[in-house]
Amino acid sequence: MTKPSVNEFVLRIANVNGTGSASANTLVAKTIFRMGVSIGPKNMFPSNIQGLPTWYEIRVSQQGFTGRRGGVDFMVAFNGETLKSDAADVVAGGYILYDSSKFLSDAEKKKDVTYLGVPISDLAVTHFESVPKRIFLQNLIYVGVLARLLHLDQEVLMGLLSDQYAKAKDLLEANRQAIDIGARYCEEHFAYPLSFHVEKRPKPDKILLEGNDALALAALYAGATVCGWYPITPSTSVVEHFTRYCHKYRISAQGKKKFAIVQAEDEIASIGIVLGACWNGARAFTATSGPGISLMSEFFGYAYYAEVPAVIFNIQRCGPSTGMPTRSQQADLLLCAYASHGDTKHILLFPENPTECFELGMQAFDLADQLQTPVFVMSDLELGMNQFLCDPLQLKEGAAINRGKVRRAADLDKSQKPFYRYEDIDGDGIPYRSYPGESGKGAYFTRGSGHDRFGRYTESSELYQENLDRIRAKFEKARSTLPKPRYVEVEEARWLIVAFGSSIEPLREAICGLEEQGILLSLLCLKSFPFHPDCAAILDRYDHIIIVEQNQQGQMRTLMQAEGVLTPTARVHSVLHYSGNPIEAEFLKKHIQHIMGI
Amino acid sequence: MFSINVPRLKSIPKAKNSLGLSIDDYKGAPSTLCGGCGHDSITQAIVEACFELSIVPHQVAKMSGIGCSSKTPGYFLREAHGFNAVHGRMPSVTTGAYLANREMKYLAVSGDGDTGSIGLGQFMHAIRRQLNMVYIVENNGVYGLTKGQFSATADYATTNKKKEKNGWLPIDLVGLALELGASYVARAFSGDKAQLVPLIKGALSHKGFAFLDVLSPCVSFNNHQGSSKSYQHIRDKREAAFDAVDFVPPAKAIELDYQPGMQERVQLFDGSQVLLHKTDHSYDPTDVEKALAYLRQAKAKGEIATGLFYVDSSAEDFHTVYQTTEGPLRNLEEVDLSPGQVVLDKINDALR
Ligand SMILES: Cc1ncc(C[n+]2csc(CCOP(=O)(O)OP(=O)(O)O)c2C)c(N)n1
Ligand code: SF4
Ligand SMILES: [Mg+2]
Repeated sequence: MTKPSVNEFVLRIANVNGTGSASANTLVAKTIFRMGVSIGPKNMFPSNIQGLPTWYEIRVSQQGFTGRRGGVDFMVAFNGETLKSDAADVVAGGYILYDSSKFLSDAEKKKDVTYLGVPISDLAVTHFESVPKRIFLQNLIYVGVLARLLHLDQEVLMGLLSDQYAKAKDLLEANRQAIDIGARYCEEHFAYPLSFHVEKRPKPDKILLEGNDALALAALYAGATVCGWYPITPSTSVVEHFTRYCHKYRISAQGKKKFAIVQAEDEIASIGIVLGACWNGARAFTATSGPGISLMSEFFGYAYYAEVPAVIFNIQRCGPSTGMPTRSQQADLLLCAYASHGDTKHILLFPENPTECFELGMQAFDLADQLQTPVFVMSDLELGMNQFLCDPLQLKEGAAINRGKVRRAADLDKSQKPFYRYEDIDGDGIPYRSYPGESGKGAYFTRGSGHDRFGRYTESSELYQENLDRIRAKFEKARSTLPKPRYVEVEEARWLIVAFGSSIEPLREAICGLEEQGILLSLLCLKSFPFHPDCAAILDRYDHIIIVEQNQQGQMRTLMQAEGVLTPTARVHSVLHYSGNPIEAEFLKKHIQHIMGI
Repeated sequence: MFSINVPRLKSIPKAKNSLGLSIDDYKGAPSTLCGGCGHDSITQAIVEACFELSIVPHQVAKMSGIGCSSKTPGYFLREAHGFNAVHGRMPSVTTGAYLANREMKYLAVSGDGDTGSIGLGQFMHAIRRQLNMVYIVENNGVYGLTKGQFSATADYATTNKKKEKNGWLPIDLVGLALELGASYVARAFSGDKAQLVPLIKGALSHKGFAFLDVLSPCVSFNNHQGSSKSYQHIRDKREAAFDAVDFVPPAKAIELDYQPGMQERVQLFDGSQVLLHKTDHSYDPTDVEKALAYLRQAKAKGEIATGLFYVDSSAEDFHTVYQTTEGPLRNLEEVDLSPGQVVLDKINDALR
């Protein structure tokens, strides 16, 4: 494990939810980020509104590793209830800052760490009159202590605070005062800064963004006008961000809305709305999580078979059933890949950071239109609801929205040939569609029941099969147009790690750490399903393959085997992580070494 | 090879509407329903209504769910796009379609199973959202396509073909629509085109959610004695607050010879009128409370109330309430929708 040093440590803050800690904690994270140091903040919260334990962890890394490392160097143990288990996570030589207003006996203290007692609640009661202030400002008192101990830049910190309370001057003053109380207490009682602290660096050109925010921007920029959705953690903020952006950037000169967002009665209706809108020529999407996907499944089969575009942002969470709704997993892979009855298959995209959520999110709309089928963007709570340090968002040079094969009125009206909805004119398995309301010549009857290439109802086995086989051919041909995997080849490596999505960032740290020990590993980051043709060729080059995924059953491995890119032999291994918490580099290192017999 | 020129009989020219289209232009593929099925009469009534209103066929979107009734959009308006959705989910698909393009007419056909059971939630929410659409339920009290199970609109203590008694209370879709705020609510009988066609024309001319519950006997599974949805039973028990309904298009509405007291006229959004010839002088179709009371009284007497129960021609639809921009959303181009890299740079800056 990397030893804590300047700009290289893990800070965790344990709170009770509903006490206003979130804004204080992000203030600390953002200050470090603005000082030019890489951070990876993670929010671990309960499915509850008030009163349960919640943690905020900030990975600070000079080397630029922003995934979870494992272990804690500095713990703000601000929740008495979890003090004991919180202390257990602190590594030897680490620090625990706690509220010494309540007595903590030496017997209760861990021996190999330093306890820093600050009478936070007493200080709050002495300095503030109102009860809400006495509660909320306690958070700012420990921010003040941290500011000194970790050497946070005062100017940056205060600048951020002023931005935050620009419209509430009295609150700004109270917050400043609380920070000051903490800072003064630190000056009077502790030696500071600690050996590991933050030092200002030239700021790299990175942004701090949540995956869900990035997906909302993708929908905005891809030209989505219709959204049907139903609230479910952790997907809700996708639509909240989209709504916010639409109100800012999609209001006409007359003050009217160039979008329609409908909170539906359930997820079945949400996807029904998306299909109706896409069928009628708009771009539409929904954002949901596992339980919603289950409800939508009948419609996914319909859309696959009737060839209606749709974009689904699946922000995965812990299942089965309601599972742990505020914890992260990658456990909807099999569900989404073949969602619905009958012989269906769907396109899945796997972004690994928010910048990619934006890029693949936009591409999802193009692919859905081009291939006339549902496209799933497979994010997860970890990626969706945490801020990631990532590259600024950039539109692809010269790339315009691609609506795929549509025959518009002018074209239909002058054409001599009749229009048939499911005819494979170009030999790529992709037929032409027409928009309702434009021309009688383009009319067809969209149905989930057996249809032939003319779009007519049929129960003829031959015609039914012909159509179904064309759809399969469409998917087969489309594989090479899907996002390519990212391949990080290490010469002489005989082992290949395969991973996707939110596992990649901590994996990067694990692989670098192992490399320092002389263990060579290549990395294949999957970006799409069905698998890109490059995948099989790369996999074939290695003696051993380790698939890293965040579910219990090895769903990606199952998919790779089912789709024939991997034969189930002794050379294939799995690292499975399904605790619900973001995966840690130390965990990965340990398990990879174990598999390699090192 | 030789050929004979057979002298063709000149067919009698069919009447044309103001678009120059004949009634045949409003038809679809031949029906594959059972001979005598009420649903086919409704199809014909839709064809007539659209023809007489000179509706541009391709400007209609035909929406349906699953069932014998939901197949019928294949049998009318062949030049219109249709969406035969999954069972009970037509309202959500229509919602999406209507959000994408507010300028089309949405003509939906469903069954009592499709709407009254599996799709009851979606039906109610479509009303609540005030979609501008015509929603027809072809109500036969059974699941036709799955061969005769009771539906949720089957009356209490009626029997099925196997003489089994229905022990459950019925859902009255008309009452529900009134309660939930549908702005045009009617019930008709597939066997009475004189009443049905004007009601459909009125619904198509109305702005807002128009609901038509059309009793439509299933000859194969629910036309026996003991059923309250048989041709015989409906003919015997039908009761109307009006003995006739006329639809008067906007141009003619001005010259209308109107007899107050005997007639009730209801102005619709597009300037046309529905003219009701009253049998009950106290009936007021703009009062939802009276409509509900009338329905309850008829039910208590064992009568089947039909007619136009309620119209609110000042109702607002979704897009008016939501303040959507003019024209179809789906016609907006990339320049209207994407804020461009300059804005994206600003967004990036705020995240730095
Ligand atoms: C999800 C689902 N469940 C069940 C069915 C089977 N099914 C087809 S039609 C139907 C009932 C249709 O009844 P109704 O809407 O009254 O139409 P009718 O045939 O009477 O006109 C059912 C249950 C289905 N298609 N989909
Ligand atoms: S089964 Fe009944 S509802 Fe279906 S087509 Fe035959 S008569 Fe009509
Ligand atoms: Mg029925």
